[in-house]
Amino acid sequence: MNRILPLSILALAILALATLMLVVVPGMQINAQPATPGLQPYTAIQLRGRQTYVSMGCVYCHSQQPRSTDQGPDGERGWGRPAIASDYAYDSPHLLGTMRTGPDLSNIGARLPNQAWHLAHLYQPRSVSAWSIMPAYSFLFEVKERAAPGDVVVRIPNGRGPKHGVLVAKPEAIDLVAYLQSLDRTMVAPAHAERDDGYAKSER
Amino acid sequence: MEPTIGLLLALSFLVSLLALTFLIWAVSSRQMAFNQAQARTIFVAGEEGHADNPGISPNADDDTHHFDPARAGIDAISARPVTILLTTAVLWLVVGSIFGLTASLKLHWPDWLGDEAWLTFGRVRTIHLNIVIYGWSSLGLLGVVFWVAPRMFHTRLRHPHLAEVGALIWNLALLAAVFALATGWTDGEEWLEIPWQIDMLLAVASACFVLPLLRTAAARNVHHIYVTGWYWMAAICWFPVLFVIANLPGLFVGAQQATVNWWFAHNVLGLWLTPLGVGAGYYFIPKIIGKPIYSYSLSLLGFWALALFYSQVGIHHLIGGPVPTWVVTLSIVHSVMMFVPVITVAINQHVTVAQNMWAFKQSIALRFVSLGAICYTLASFQGSIEALRSINTVVHFTQYTVGHAHLGAYTFLSFTLFGAVYHMMPRITGCSWPWPRLIPVHFWLVVIGFTVYFVALSIGGIYQGLAMLDATRPFADSVILLKPYLESRSVGGALMTLGHFVFAAHFAAILLQRRPAAVSSAPMTQPVVAA
Ligand code: HEC
Ligand code: HEM
Repeated sequence: MNRILPLSILALAILALATLMLVVVPGMQINAQPATPGLQPYTAIQLRGRQTYVSMGCVYCHSQQPRSTDQGPDGERGWGRPAIASDYAYDSPHLLGTMRTGPDLSNIGARLPNQAWHLAHLYQPRSVSAWSIMPAYSFLFEVKERAAPGDVVVRIPNGRGPKHGVLVAKPEAIDLVAYLQSLDRTMVAPAHAERDDGYAKSER
Repeated sequence: MEPTIGLLLALSFLVSLLALTFLIWAVSSRQMAFNQAQARTIFVAGEEGHADNPGISPNADDDTHHFDPARAGIDAISARPVTILLTTAVLWLVVGSIFGLTASLKLHWPDWLGDEAWLTFGRVRTIHLNIVIYGWSSLGLLGVVFWVAPRMFHTRLRHPHLAEVGALIWNLALLAAVFALATGWTDGEEWLEIPWQIDMLLAVASACFVLPLLRTAAARNVHHIYVTGWYWMAAICWFPVLFVIANLPGLFVGAQQATVNWWFAHNVLGLWLTPLGVGAGYYFIPKIIGKPIYSYSLSLLGFWALALFYSQVGIHHLIGGPVPTWVVTLSIVHSVMMFVPVITVAINQHVTVAQNMWAFKQSIALRFVSLGAICYTLASFQGSIEALRSINTVVHFTQYTVGHAHLGAYTFLSFTLFGAVYHMMPRITGCSWPWPRLIPVHFWLVVIGFTVYFVALSIGGIYQGLAMLDATRPFADSVILLKPYLESRSVGGALMTLGHFVFAAHFAAILLQRRPAAVSSAPMTQPVVAA
């Protein structure tokens, strides 16, 4: 191999092939499916909250892609039915995640709809679960002398809150919780949904 | 899905046809004529048979060093861009390690440094990843490329200023990226966090490296392009294409975006950092030993197999996920096929070292490089196995993956780079390493540190995965059992970071050392013809 041009062209052709196989063809298949019936686009508030989720890097500890019951106990843990491609029709950036330092959050809105719980948990996860290693997002809150009208006041259990004043959620925290509450992919999956069925038990 | 399958069949047929045509052309035009003699193009006359171990041993007489005036002229021209690339790479290594250690500590001390958004785990981790990949590994390996390529091609580096401009833009872009990520401005996909606006700068910078390498290769004074050259030229063409496609804004959403994400993320390893690192191993191992590589014809198979298989492994990051079964299976098959190129490289590199163990004992640069090569073999074997569905179910969402990532991205690339830097810097500066005894200190700190790191996360990750798969155990179990392993990782990571401080201090010392007058060679104006 002593020619630069053929080498470069062949190398780029191989990359083009890989792009076709991993990006173009699966993309055509995925895009041929409409959004899962019942899936709602995000509202402006939820999108703002989603942006906070992205910028805080929650994805490095939380996946959003329940596995099938043939593969693992995700369903039994209450994380939801197996994820299908059309569940993500409105997601950009996608937040599938590759790590489960914390639980899967695909359906956290259905599982834990309570705003007060989420706010307290975000302020100090160890006020809710002493064993948690999730970071505290206390900078999404502020301590005030007294709450102004319209402020969302947050109460922290187990004496983990600030010693003086009242704790008020900043708009970022409220939006983030709105996003978490919107995470609900419990609607029925259509018959020919796209997902990796490689673990399916043979009776299917 | 009839049309899709039809399309795929037609496509694979077309590709085989093209490959066949190419092969016929290649054989008929003697492109494939291959012999062991070509493996010797990395030597100049008189070099073969002598170990090349400059400026390292405390006793200068031990260094068998073949002085070649043509090489000295070549080196004088590459020295500047290479020094810029290596110096900034080492700076990024130090900063990146601090961020890595911080991220590691935060996983078991979650309330430490928790009051500010830019110090939250998600951001510190992202900054760590981007600095070590785009700062340390990429810039460092580019430094190696621009040092070795002119020597390998027996001609001076073309467009050295373009390479310097590339290095400058790349560093400025990365600096901007770190600030962006710290303030929460991110594109949000793993490995593609840097905002695409800044990525475009990086793409321009990466394009600046294409011409210098290809022009130097075209102007070479040897007929044959040594195997290292194939890897590097392919990589330098692949990266800008990959990087631009993956960063085009607004093109992809949802599950398709996930396939693009992992197509990119694994290709940036497989088609960028890996060929740069493997190419470096293919050069330094025989060069330091002074004997050609074990089986030169095997290296051709290894190269094309890497290109074909590695480019399609990315979707093994989405096993069990919301993407079509066949793409996942395709990536798993290619992941397993990676045994082919990895074994060919392993035979070539490890057998060459094994037959010359005296050199392994004598040269600490070789010790680093060949340990890096061994870790490439191990990380690749581990990756192929990790892609199997039964194994992936256990380890996919766990810390085991982080252990694997560091076996590849850390030991393979970084050890290769450490060895390369120890080998190159005495030539670049014309000085010996001022404190040779620090080199083994660096070596053992990172080797022991990494061993602790890897063993802890591998064991902890498997337990974590098994706990999550067991429906009778609460999720909390998987978090609680992990803590001691995370703490051990911090211990290992702290040793590694300390090793990097030692390395960086030594690097600064050799760089700032006053040069002996004899070696500060005048810039060569005439074209250099190699011996
Ligand atoms: C360092 C890893 C880590 C990061 C980063 C992280 N989490 Fe967590 N998260 C955990 C762990 C561990 C748990 C389980 C313990 C707990 O409930 O605190 C958890 C639990 C949760 C839960 C409760 C889930 C359930 O089913 O009980 C929610 C909601 C949550 N996290 C949201 C977030 C959000 C939003 C972010 C980003 C702002 C985030 N997490 C960032 C580790 C993390
Ligand atoms: C110096 C000591 C280092 C420490 C303490 C360290 C620590 C870490 C930590 C804590 C993470 C995040 C893991 C997670 O999300 O749970 C990480 C990720 C990563 N680091 Fe390092 N690191 C170090 C050096 C390096 C170096 C030098 C490289 C590459 C050359 C590297 C490459 C990576 C990669 C590729 C990831 C992403 C892993 C994944 O997502 O699976 N690290 N590191």
